[in-house]
Amino acid sequence: MDFSLTEEQSILKDTLGRLLGDHCSFEARRAHLESAQGWSQPMWARYAGLGLMALPFPEATGGDGGSSVETMIVMEALGEKLALEPYLTTVVLGGGFVRLGGDSRQREELIPAISEGLLKIAFAHTERHSRYDLSHVETSAQRDGDGYVLSGAKGIVIHGDSADKIFVTARTSGNPRSREGIGLFLVDVNAEGVSRRSYRLHDGLGAADLTLDKVKVPASAVFGDPGSAMPIIQHVVDIGIAALAAESVGVMSAMQALTLDYLKTRQQFGMPIGSFQALQHKAVDMYVAIEQARSMALYAAMMAEEADEKERARAMHAVKAEIGRSGRLVGETAIQLHGGVGMTMEFAIGHYFKRMTMIDVMFGDSDHHLRSLGKLGGLLDVA
Amino acid sequence: MDLRFTDEEVAFREEVRAFLRENLPDDMRKVVADGRLPSKEQLRSWTRVLKAKGWAVPHWPAAYGGTGWDPMKQYIFLEEMQKYPAPQPLALGVNMVGPVIYTFGNKEQKDFFLPRIIGLDDWWCQGFSEPGAGSDLASLKTKAVRDGDHYIVNGQKTWTSVAQHADWMFCLVRTDPEARKQEGISFLLIDMQTPGIDVRPIVTIEGEREVNEVFLTDVRVPVTNLVGEEGKGWNYAKFLLGNERTNLARVGASKQRIARIRDIAAKEMVDGKPLIEDHRFREKLASIEIELKALEITQLRVIAADMRRGNTGKPDPASSILKLKGTELQQTTTRLLMEVVGPHAMPCIADGEALGGEPVGPDYAAHAAPLYFNYRKLSIFGGTNEIQKNIIAKAVLGL
Repeated sequence: MDFSLTEEQSILKDTLGRLLGDHCSFEARRAHLESAQGWSQPMWARYAGLGLMALPFPEATGGDGGSSVETMIVMEALGEKLALEPYLTTVVLGGGFVRLGGDSRQREELIPAISEGLLKIAFAHTERHSRYDLSHVETSAQRDGDGYVLSGAKGIVIHGDSADKIFVTARTSGNPRSREGIGLFLVDVNAEGVSRRSYRLHDGLGAADLTLDKVKVPASAVFGDPGSAMPIIQHVVDIGIAALAAESVGVMSAMQALTLDYLKTRQQFGMPIGSFQALQHKAVDMYVAIEQARSMALYAAMMAEEADEKERARAMHAVKAEIGRSGRLVGETAIQLHGGVGMTMEFAIGHYFKRMTMIDVMFGDSDHHLRSLGKLGGLLDVA
Repeated sequence: MDLRFTDEEVAFREEVRAFLRENLPDDMRKVVADGRLPSKEQLRSWTRVLKAKGWAVPHWPAAYGGTGWDPMKQYIFLEEMQKYPAPQPLALGVNMVGPVIYTFGNKEQKDFFLPRIIGLDDWWCQGFSEPGAGSDLASLKTKAVRDGDHYIVNGQKTWTSVAQHADWMFCLVRTDPEARKQEGISFLLIDMQTPGIDVRPIVTIEGEREVNEVFLTDVRVPVTNLVGEEGKGWNYAKFLLGNERTNLARVGASKQRIARIRDIAAKEMVDGKPLIEDHRFREKLASIEIELKALEITQLRVIAADMRRGNTGKPDPASSILKLKGTELQQTTTRLLMEVVGPHAMPCIADGEALGGEPVGPDYAAHAAPLYFNYRKLSIFGGTNEIQKNIIAKAVLGL
């Protein structure tokens, strides 16, 4: 058992850390946030230059052959600086769909475009009544010659405002909550019948509601079996959960660093407030929660490519439940220990707290995953 | 990064399991599964089985009887012992005083005591806490005054676990009342047969005698029983308390208890169905299992880090979490074990007792509440969890 990084992985971590340190300070990030797009095109180009976009693709397809460990390294670093660029949706999720669901022609077309940073992708799944149920899909896909016609509405499509293409789940058969009969389609945002309403989320990320009004998609836009794409969707969501876990560790580590710094410098009653035991114990609670979360992010990276669907599902339920709990404890405590200034937009801590809060509700919150893990009979390998 | 066990480690795990199946008597297994302490005779006979196999003190240096296993194998061994569950050799000897003796003791002490610890020829107890020295251990008052070739020891120790069985006590005493409080302390080995020692029971809330008060009145201890240097006892005590890392979290024990909880929950009924099928119960259990999984990986991280840099004696910062979280989880699982037996947790009737020939309640119920009561100790002894937090705040967070 070895938890250490290879030399290449260490270089990746250091290089990306330096890049973000140089170009994604809190002030620089604020400027990116306030731009019309809400994130930085130059940063995006720098990531591509560093090879981050090609990371998860097999070498045979022009990728870098990276594993879930590389994705973990990148996501943690992005989390630590609250990077705004659509890496998760484009490379981890979009790239995941292409990698796991695309045929050779789709891979050949899309992987180079993603790798060079020329394509931005989003994932449209959530509907008005789906909540966190992946199987709940009402958007319909009707057979039309070689292709399909998509109709329906998707909400909270993260980075859907700036994406060039969007992976859409739509039902080809079955009732609205059936696991079977769900297809996966890659829709061009400029296709006829696609309309978007864009807005920002509380963490500053852009998003969109998507309306599909008889949108015609060709056969080349169908990923996987149109009658049964759920295994692919599930796997990519699991990979997304592992990525969010890593991002969370970055977010939480930054919150801890900011909080410790504040505790050591802020003076009251003639001494640093970090000398007070009540506050010290809260800081230790944060630390313990972060280390537990870090362990779960490692577990997630280990399980993200697990072939046994049920084992992977149990692991990811556990991971997401733990990340949500740790994140809430760390975030709320960080704000509390900052006192009044923690409430201000001026200070970074609140921005981290908001990102952490959004991460909890993405792909299902703690309660959802705890409930799901309970249904599967729990985590423990009792043997 | 590779988070899998090697083939060799997997094979070793099987070897340990097979050994336990073939060698541990069922009655002893049941005692441990119930969360009770084995009797002195039981523990001694089991320790000698381990000794014969060469497995009584795996973590010791090979020169003193250790197996030479790396920390991961030691961890696997302990985890399998806890999961089976099998009694572990007396920690007071093999984990506490033993390492102090082989690290700081002289040749005579090593030659005499170490083999006797390995075979549990001597039962050890720990004379650290005093009525006025708990979390602030360094304020201890028991004094040892030099008189020729002896120290004359006077004072009172408390919370002395299993002292009623003890042949020897390792004891912190004040040899220099003038020195700064940590510097006037020495580490003495005291024969419990020496005149002037009075062991009195303290009955704890679960109803058992696990701890004692030990009164020392003009107890004559040969100077040859001083470990290391006079006045350095505090350092040895800190070494002793910080020495244990591979198994601080006791993940295997919590796994075993969760397996037991699952078994019982399959037998207890709620709304006409087994409790294990109840959603709320399942979520509660899942929640604990998640915490335990995270802790297990944290424990493995600490071990892997130790192995990578070689044991420098400096713990990984994450190791400070192990006691905190490990004790919390052990307490949580004992609480859940009590909850799962439901109203059958109530009768205060010891194992094997029967009223008019009829057993009271199901056979798994009797020890659930006593164990829950008893395990409140885990966050108190060895430095309370609040003291642990003070230590982490200072040493890890720099506050």
